[in-house]
Amino acid sequence: MDLTLSPSEQQFREEVRGWIEANHPGPEPEAGLEEVMAFRREWQQKMHAAGWAGISWPKEYGGRGATMIEQAIFVGEASRLEAPSPANVLGLAMGGPVVIAHGTDAQKQRYLEPILTAEEIWCQGFSEPESGSDLASLKTRAVKDGDEWVVTGQKVWTTFAQYAKWCMLVARTDPDAPKHKGLTYFLMDMELEGVEAKPLVQITGEGEFNEVFIEEARIPDENVIGEVGGGWSVAITTLMNERAGLAFGAIAQVANGLKRLGALAAETRTNGGTAAEDPVIRQRLAQLYIEAETMRLNAYRGLTKTMQSGIPGPEGSLGKWQWADINQRMAELALDIEGAYAPLARGDEHAIAGGAWQYSFLRSRANSIEGGTTDILKNIIAERVLGLPKMR
Amino acid sequence: MYFDLTDEQQAIKATAHEFLAARYKSERIRELAESEHGFEQSDWEEMAGLGWQGLALPEEWSGQGLGIVELAVLFEEMGYALAPSPLFSNTIAGLALAHGGSDDQCERFLRPLAEGKLRGTPALWDAGSPATIGEFTMEARADGDGVVLDGEKVLVMDAAAADFLLVATADGHRHVVESGAPGVTVAPATSIDLTRRLYSVRFEGVRVAPENSLPGSDDEYFPVFHRVCVALAAESTGIAQRTMEMAVEYAKDRQQFGRPIGSYQAVSHRCAQMLLETENARSAVYGAAWAADAEPESLPTAASMAKAYASDAGWRVPDASLQVHGGIGFTWEHDLHFFLKRGKANAAMFGDAKWHRERVADAVLSAAGEPVSA
Ligand SMILES: Cc1cc2nc3c(=O)[nH]c(=O)nc-3n(C[C@H](O)[C@H](O)[C@H](O)COP(=O)(O)OP(=O)(O)OC[C@H]3O[C@@H](n4cnc5c(N)ncnc54)[C@H](O)[C@@H]3O)c2cc1C
Repeated sequence: MDLTLSPSEQQFREEVRGWIEANHPGPEPEAGLEEVMAFRREWQQKMHAAGWAGISWPKEYGGRGATMIEQAIFVGEASRLEAPSPANVLGLAMGGPVVIAHGTDAQKQRYLEPILTAEEIWCQGFSEPESGSDLASLKTRAVKDGDEWVVTGQKVWTTFAQYAKWCMLVARTDPDAPKHKGLTYFLMDMELEGVEAKPLVQITGEGEFNEVFIEEARIPDENVIGEVGGGWSVAITTLMNERAGLAFGAIAQVANGLKRLGALAAETRTNGGTAAEDPVIRQRLAQLYIEAETMRLNAYRGLTKTMQSGIPGPEGSLGKWQWADINQRMAELALDIEGAYAPLARGDEHAIAGGAWQYSFLRSRANSIEGGTTDILKNIIAERVLGLPKMR
Repeated sequence: MYFDLTDEQQAIKATAHEFLAARYKSERIRELAESEHGFEQSDWEEMAGLGWQGLALPEEWSGQGLGIVELAVLFEEMGYALAPSPLFSNTIAGLALAHGGSDDQCERFLRPLAEGKLRGTPALWDAGSPATIGEFTMEARADGDGVVLDGEKVLVMDAAAADFLLVATADGHRHVVESGAPGVTVAPATSIDLTRRLYSVRFEGVRVAPENSLPGSDDEYFPVFHRVCVALAAESTGIAQRTMEMAVEYAKDRQQFGRPIGSYQAVSHRCAQMLLETENARSAVYGAAWAADAEPESLPTAASMAKAYASDAGWRVPDASLQVHGGIGFTWEHDLHFFLKRGKANAAMFGDAKWHRERVADAVLSAAGEPVSA
């Protein structure tokens, strides 16, 4: 057992830290998703030029071929130093790995480079109005016509569809097959005729996610990833990459959040003292620190296990569940500490911490929904980790 | 970075698991729970054969010289088996002697303790006091070149079977008092936990010769306290693991409304929650155990995190398991109650969750502390 970094891992961390510190472009612009996206695009180009985009990808595809521990170190450092997110998160974390795992040589040739350079942004078109948790029930239809597929249907909650060139689209190609077997994975050009993305306004007031309407859009056959009818397993690869890639960044974000929360408590006056002296606040804050530490240690235990077995296990669901829970409770505690000032949001001159916690409070409501709801994660844990009978 | 047990640690775990599973079946635990001292000498001797009494004690005093990670491995298994044994109290006395005793005292008390030939137990909290960590009211009254002790210690583990007590006094010192010494009276306490014996011990004009007062003081005993917290948290983790397994097994078996109850989410999600709490407790325990061995400056906070978390999980998981079992879980005949009771007693010992959370709050709110790092 050794919870410290090896000399070479330490050296890698120094290298990452040095590069981020030297190149950090400062905080993201606060207003306007357009501005934010432009800012993130520029940041990703810088990352790419220095070889930090797609660090988990094999070298032959333009990545860095980093080990799992190195990936963990990289995202951990980036979050700790509050580096911006790259513009093409979904392409880097899911799209690229899926093309690498299931794509043809021609597809690798065509798609990978522009993901790394942020020239082409990717989005994930899985969820539909009637198919969320029960993804395999999705109804978007794709019918073969010559060497094209004619696609009709609707996707929803599609993050960054409005900026995307490519959509990872799962559609039903065989309505007669059992529901998991009739699906095919396509890369859909968002500029095709018949494809329209309409931003939906989220409870934060922003419009990150979209409805995507697809009306007889014609996708060329060469854009199928994997086998026709094999879309489910490709989709699973996508989701596995989503969960594995996020953990260590999330952990560092929580650590930053806790430090801010401690500072907020120390600065906020209440009952003739500061919130940091209030025994109830202290208990809640300590409990969050303890759970954050268990989450961090669980992730390292999981990493050790994954490095031995080669594949992330279903235990990753515990981490996603726990992260959502901690992240939400941090923001709840912050608003409780702020007391009567809790309603004042970004833009108000009396808002505490510039209204940052109000934003976190609202944004974190989605944490237990996006990327698999907490209830679904508990189902996965019950069935696949504990071996309990499937619910029906 | 490698966060898993080494092959040697795995071997210790496997040996402990097998040994304890063979010794402590349900009927045996029940017999011991009703016996006079709550354990059996022959088990003690077998444990000595495995070197458990001296597992984390220095080799120079006949210990095995292993670390707190190994100790945590052992106590997780002790909790899993719910082994009724003075091993825990004896381990505390051993660690205290190793940290605070003179060479002469280690020769006379620690060596035989590590060999399993003498048993020791700490006598810390004073009757009528709030039993707060590190605050003792019994005076060490000077008398000639030694001291005299008067008063009553409560919550003393395994006192009737101990050869000597390590008695804490207000000045922060510990004194070795043989349990048969004149003026010492040991009386059993009534505890909800039937698998760990508690006693109160009266001291009436008990003289301690100078060579039996340990030179160590608070500075030496806090590191002991933190290691003990980790071992106890490990034990609670074992209790959580075992009772979670019992719930999962029962949920697969038991049928209601024509299907296994584990197919109902109210039941399966309760089990998922048990797994989360058990795994978190385990991570916190091994993180702290590793700190004890490799990074002692971070031990105090890590130990408090582990003890706080495992205090809660150590009784909540058995409690949730009891709920999954329905009526049968509430019967004396079912074993669950023994686990619940030990878990709840462990939660209260050596600082409850609230006390330890306050330590964590202290550490993280003072600008120096930076315990969570990626
Ligand atoms: C901010 C955000 C961004 C997103 N981005 C994307 C994206 O880019 N691409 C994409 O494809 N999707 C995206 N999603 C969609 C997300 O994956 C779905 O919202 C999610 O899978 C849940 O589906 P649903 O919203 O249809 O809810 P439903 O599945 O209808 O669930 C409603 C409620 O029922 C519960 N429930 C459902 N089934 C069960 C069950 N079997 N057992 C117990 N409880 C159950 C759920 O837990 C939930 O509480 C995003 C969502 C959010 C909030």
